[in-house]
Amino acid sequence: MNGMSRIVKTITSIVFPFIMIFGLYIIAHGHLTPGGGFQGGAVVASGCAMILVAYGSVWTMGKIKEKNLSILESIGAICFIILAILGLGFGTVFFKNFLVGSNIIFGIVPSFGSTISNINTAGVIPLMNFAVGLKVIVGLFGIVLIMAYASRRRDNK
Amino acid sequence: MNFVDFLLQHSPALIVAIPLLGAFLTPLVSRINNKVRNIFVIIILLITTSIVLLLALDVFAGNIHTYIFGAKDLTLPVVRILFEVDAMSAFMAIIGSILLLVSVIYSWSFIEENSGLDKYYTLVLLLAAGMFGMMLTGDMFNFFVFLEITSIASCALIAFWTNKGKAVEAAFKYIVISSLAALFVLFAIALLYGQYNALNIAVLGSVIQFSYLDKIALVLLVAALAMKAGIVPMHMWLPDAYGRAPASVTIILVGATQASLYGVFRVCFTLYGNTINLSPTSIGWIIVLLGVITMLIGVSMALIQSDFKRLIAFSAVAEIGFIFLGIGTGLTLFANNQMFGLIGSTAMSGGIFHIINDSLDVGLLFLVAGAVYYATKETSLDKMGGLARNMKYTTIFFIIGLLAISGIPPMNGFASKLLIYESTFQLNPILAIVAILSSIMLLAVFVKVFHSVFLGPAQPKFKDVKEVPKTMLFAMGIIASIIIIFGLFPDLVINNIVEPAVNALINYSEYIRQVIPTFTGGF
Amino acid sequence: MIFNFPFIAVIALILIGLYAIIFRKNLIKMVIGITIIQSGVNLFLITLGYREGAVAPIFTSLPSGTEIPQGMVFPIPQALTLTSIVIGVAVLALMLSLIIHIYRHYGTLDVRKIGGEK
Repeated sequence: MNGMSRIVKTITSIVFPFIMIFGLYIIAHGHLTPGGGFQGGAVVASGCAMILVAYGSVWTMGKIKEKNLSILESIGAICFIILAILGLGFGTVFFKNFLVGSNIIFGIVPSFGSTISNINTAGVIPLMNFAVGLKVIVGLFGIVLIMAYASRRRDNK
Repeated sequence: MNFVDFLLQHSPALIVAIPLLGAFLTPLVSRINNKVRNIFVIIILLITTSIVLLLALDVFAGNIHTYIFGAKDLTLPVVRILFEVDAMSAFMAIIGSILLLVSVIYSWSFIEENSGLDKYYTLVLLLAAGMFGMMLTGDMFNFFVFLEITSIASCALIAFWTNKGKAVEAAFKYIVISSLAALFVLFAIALLYGQYNALNIAVLGSVIQFSYLDKIALVLLVAALAMKAGIVPMHMWLPDAYGRAPASVTIILVGATQASLYGVFRVCFTLYGNTINLSPTSIGWIIVLLGVITMLIGVSMALIQSDFKRLIAFSAVAEIGFIFLGIGTGLTLFANNQMFGLIGSTAMSGGIFHIINDSLDVGLLFLVAGAVYYATKETSLDKMGGLARNMKYTTIFFIIGLLAISGIPPMNGFASKLLIYESTFQLNPILAIVAILSSIMLLAVFVKVFHSVFLGPAQPKFKDVKEVPKTMLFAMGIIASIIIIFGLFPDLVINNIVEPAVNALINYSEYIRQVIPTFTGGF
Repeated sequence: MIFNFPFIAVIALILIGLYAIIFRKNLIKMVIGITIIQSGVNLFLITLGYREGAVAPIFTSLPSGTEIPQGMVFPIPQALTLTSIVIGVAVLALMLSLIIHIYRHYGTLDVRKIGGEK
């Protein structure tokens, strides 16, 4: 797949930052509003896929190394599991939400009932959302990129 | 609290978490060096195996472990995700860990020359996490998730040799079948959830009514899991997948298939255990009949194969039939206390003992087939011959596997098959006759293979064939020695490992009482 | 009667998907069949948790005067559906990449032309 026309490229460049911000917002507010790591990650990955379609897989492959993607994906998954294991270390059991009630980060316990959403709540859940978000962004984008690249080589043969 | 107690208390979570962590560390570790990566994977699986053994020792002593994620205590009504490990789960986990460990040792030389090995090891560890999760979980939805992890990882591993078209085709067949099966499982789980508002196996087992919808859910669960276990009307994916995957992957796939079998037994005995009086014998007889058909079709298809690994794959189908026959006989008599004591418990011991024997025997034969392929790059039986002169250790391992799979006395297959013959003969003589017949046909099949591969005139093109590397011999040696030990001391194994597993399946009320202490029911 | 329509749709979706898997000869159409079955199962899960006139189960931002928990839909089937969708994405990606490989080897997606084994 080669790049598309100049109009498409320009529009893509304009829209791309907004899609990124929207996706990152969904990841960051996963514990307050509908959404979370996977949903936001899918939004960001589809934004990246839009770049891929507009500029072509060869250009994108030149910018991003496949190996770096797989390492970033591993880091996302490792962060998730380490957060779960930290629950075993600091708390009592695996997946224990050990940050709730602490004063470090995301530590506030909101009062019961309908309250104003405060991002500084929910303990390890936002951190896990970040880890999952990283993994999903890189994973989904990697899948689309490699598929596009593989099917492109067939065309030119 | 000392370290061993800590490890024991958290072992159910660690058995799944350590392979998962290892899987994602593998791409990072493999940047250093290939040898470091191989050692890393083996160490991860050694740690997992030792935790499995530690847990199993405690579970076989009579304790059922429940592990609740995210909280210290269980809140009622049960909303937490929990793992519940009884003797049956621990028994299956031991099988899984042996097969995984042998597989990675074997892989060291077997697939050394391939590219993309860091992904191979990542997938192996993911498959390990999925398999252990299926065996240890106490939650139906969790079971579905681990089922999908297992099938995705094993599908990617079947297609590992992507330069061969047949391997990719087999993988596609496998993923279609297993995603269909998993969706049926999810549909059945939704049916149960809609009625009882619970996902926990123990909670569902305590309230299940055997209503019309429950019957549909039971049919869907048993059919889908039997499809994944390779029972005959739905077995067509299994020979392709086993035959086309690398041998080091096939042996893990045997373990993954056993995990689906475990799912069938968990559903029949624990989830629907309380309603067994309402459905007297029909489901048991269906399982018995499926087992008999599986044995017959498996061996008769094995007779006509000319590809080494496909032939072993069909005999693996037949072996699963023996397990179904044994356990189905037990299930048929489950409601009848007196008859169960006489026949049923023997049949179930035979069936469960045969799970471990089957995975060891079939696994050893697949490793031998892989070794022959490694040395000669040939899989067709018609083109091989006279390899015993060049590969004497491999030949010895093949003879051990041959004797074990056809149930000849000094090997482990004999003990479990004898238990199955004895008990099924008292239920219905025809069943035992069919079982003995298929066992004899298996012997015939493998004697034919032995003759055409290892004996006969030496082929000029195999003059330079050498014995396979030491790590592969070592991996085969581990399984062969376990086979011989189990064959020489079957009573030791039955009393210490198999009997607790049988009792765990029968006493479903114990399993339920771990979560709901007030449950009164069962025997 | 009107509340049974989602369940009828579920059965219809599953049957359509099974038809596609069994009778269609194109690999891509088989994959589409699997995703249709998956949509059917997801719809079933979502329908189980539905309550008429209820709001989304976000505890901290409920409209004032909502009855707890009668005024909210069940969150658990939604969580299950989400997990099932995530898994479905992985399976779909795997199947499509296998199809790319099959197409490279055989040059066709017709199941009748891709060699089977006895």
